[in-house]
Amino acid sequence: MGKRIAKEVSIAVAEAVKQCKVDVIAAYPITPQTHIVEHLSELVANGELDAEYITVESEHSAISACLGSVATGARTFTSTSSQGLALMHEILFIAPALRLPVVMVVANRALSAPISIWNDHGDIMAERDIGWIQTFAENGQEAVDLVYHAFRVAEDRRVMFPAIVNIDGFTLSHMIEPIELPDQEQVDRYLPPFKPRYKLDPRKPLSMGPVGIPEIYMEAKKAQDEAFKSAYRVIVKAWDEFEEVFGRRYHPVETYRLEDAEVGLLIMGSLAETAMSAVDRMREAGKRVGLVRLRLWRPFPLRDFVRTVRGLKMLAVIDRALSPGATGGPVATEVRSALYQVPGRPRVASFIAGLGGRDVTVEDFEEMADRAYFYLKKKPKEPYEMIGVKE
Amino acid sequence: MRKELAKFKGFSAKNLPKEEPFAPGHRACQGCGEVLALRLALKALGMNVIAISATGCMEIISSPFPYTSWRVPWIHIAFENAAAVASGVEAALKVLKRKGRFPKNRRVDVVAFAGDGGTADIGLQALSGALERGHDFVYICLDNEAYMNTGVQRSSCTPYGAMTTTSPPGEKSFGQMTWKKNVPAIAVAHNIPYVATATPAFFLDLMNKVKKAALVDGPAYVHIYSPCPTGWGSKGEDSITLAKLAVETRIFPLYEVIDGKYYITRKVTKPKPVEEYLKRQRRFRHLTEAQIREIQERVDAEYERLLRLAECL
Ligand SMILES: Cc1ncc(C[n+]2csc(CCOP(=O)(O)OP(=O)(O)O)c2C)c(N)n1
Ligand code: SF4
Ligand SMILES: [Mg+2]
Repeated sequence: MGKRIAKEVSIAVAEAVKQCKVDVIAAYPITPQTHIVEHLSELVANGELDAEYITVESEHSAISACLGSVATGARTFTSTSSQGLALMHEILFIAPALRLPVVMVVANRALSAPISIWNDHGDIMAERDIGWIQTFAENGQEAVDLVYHAFRVAEDRRVMFPAIVNIDGFTLSHMIEPIELPDQEQVDRYLPPFKPRYKLDPRKPLSMGPVGIPEIYMEAKKAQDEAFKSAYRVIVKAWDEFEEVFGRRYHPVETYRLEDAEVGLLIMGSLAETAMSAVDRMREAGKRVGLVRLRLWRPFPLRDFVRTVRGLKMLAVIDRALSPGATGGPVATEVRSALYQVPGRPRVASFIAGLGGRDVTVEDFEEMADRAYFYLKKKPKEPYEMIGVKE
Repeated sequence: MRKELAKFKGFSAKNLPKEEPFAPGHRACQGCGEVLALRLALKALGMNVIAISATGCMEIISSPFPYTSWRVPWIHIAFENAAAVASGVEAALKVLKRKGRFPKNRRVDVVAFAGDGGTADIGLQALSGALERGHDFVYICLDNEAYMNTGVQRSSCTPYGAMTTTSPPGEKSFGQMTWKKNVPAIAVAHNIPYVATATPAFFLDLMNKVKKAALVDGPAYVHIYSPCPTGWGSKGEDSITLAKLAVETRIFPLYEVIDGKYYITRKVTKPKPVEEYLKRQRRFRHLTEAQIREIQERVDAEYERLLRLAECL
């Protein structure tokens, strides 16, 4: 068992990638992802990690090179943020369609304009439909653990889908936290060598990425979707096995003091720690408030989620991204539709908070919970509202 | 001469490889010069190849699922990134060999194919990056001088005066109003070991150049002039004639650049007038005599420049 040492989360993530024995890294620098890729280049440069590091000229080429690499049978990693993720957009859809299991860490950051290097989820919410497995880390330990899990699941022959681990830029990526890096032997036990079923190899030629005429396009998409949905079981099972090897337990949906709650706050990512403090304070004041955190965003953990929140009266969803003119934040609209068919479902209030690095404080959470209570009596005027904006 | 090329004897009519890595039955138009160039290039490389295609005519006509013309492993990801995908394939092969997960002594040539659009325009950045990083791969630009797959729109490789659907002649236009971008020169500027131009009309020359491109260590760029009857308004049976005329009029000179040094591989001492080439194609039909003269002057000047580069003057 490894030791718990204080480390910057980005450095720990890079160390975890090293422990996964990646073969190829192709990445382009962007704040706040930089510390991850800088540390990886250092590990390669001093021979601690035997890998090819491709210093591509853009994120578009980063992800393109990654696909070429995985397709050839190499374990492949990249990392980006914000504008870089947006630049990859076109290629992101192609990875799952060709069943190419690259792993990417996204240090979440706001999208321009105005240009901002600070944290929110605008970058990743714009990539909701790319068909990658997507998880959100709460703290440094989880960020690291989700990296092992991502490789393990993505490369599983029953899965073969790319995976993104989201870590909040700066507020998580640049934190110094006590993190336990497991022994290499544990990682090796958990993560078998990458043995793809199909790869580019002159000994066994095959064609990847053909034209999909109307007669087969939908069938191809259906097959992809079915495979993606059934990856859910493998994802959860891999967390069970994670506990066996590393002793830490993860679920697709986490809760905090939710048992007898009337109002649930729902968040993704590293805001959970502040949210828990807020829940504690409100509990002390006699309010029955609890917390729900989605660790797994894609595939959406529909059944587990509904089971978790079904007893609530109100769910206050805190989105870290804005979908202008929509019927709610991206997570809130998803959750509303997930609950629509559920008899006696909780109501859903949609709050947009913490855009472009704006702090979301304990008081903000209290305010949102109070409004959620209020909306139990009186319907909100608007489908969503922004919190923490200076008037 | 580079040591990797020292032993290469070259292809001749007697030792042509029997294998056809690119199978017939594809959906290219009759008389397509691009698919001929592609087939010859692959024939030169053989079966130990991993091929990458950019979106474009060749990708479309070769892979209508469940059919494929590719007898070698092949991948298509998108339009502008063939060089980047090739970078990943090359890096993967390198590390897998080093780690013993791919036979160390097995030679595999990584080759990327893209059209002039996928090379000179939308893919130029990815190409530059891959050349600059020094990946050991061959990049082949199949230049039919427009975006054919999407219906004959102009590219930066479309020649001066040519009519395309986005460079139509009219009151205020005489077709393409810019001169063809010199992509081989851009490749040369990256200080890569091997750059060449070729055309399927001189098929042994084409095959030899592609093979040399594969033999050198590091990046190599081959720019292949590829007649397109559909986009040029020429006869299918004229494709080879046109490809020959392009060389004989000095419009498309054949040369190699090895370690920065230019070698003209087919000297044209008695050039034919450009008009002979232009008049066989509908895309140039609207040109005036003055415009044809302008083209002739430019072609002469460009050839002089090339001769100077090759120190043949
Ligand atoms: C990002 C992107 N933009 C545009 C297109 C549409 N498109 C596909 S192929 C093509 C033109 C291809 O031209 P070229 O590279 O010269 O190849 P050709 O078809 O002439 O062989 C275009 C514009 C695309 N597929 N992707
Ligand atoms: S349009 Fe031109 S390049 Fe495309 S297949 Fe037809 S002849 Fe070949
Ligand atoms: Mg073209």
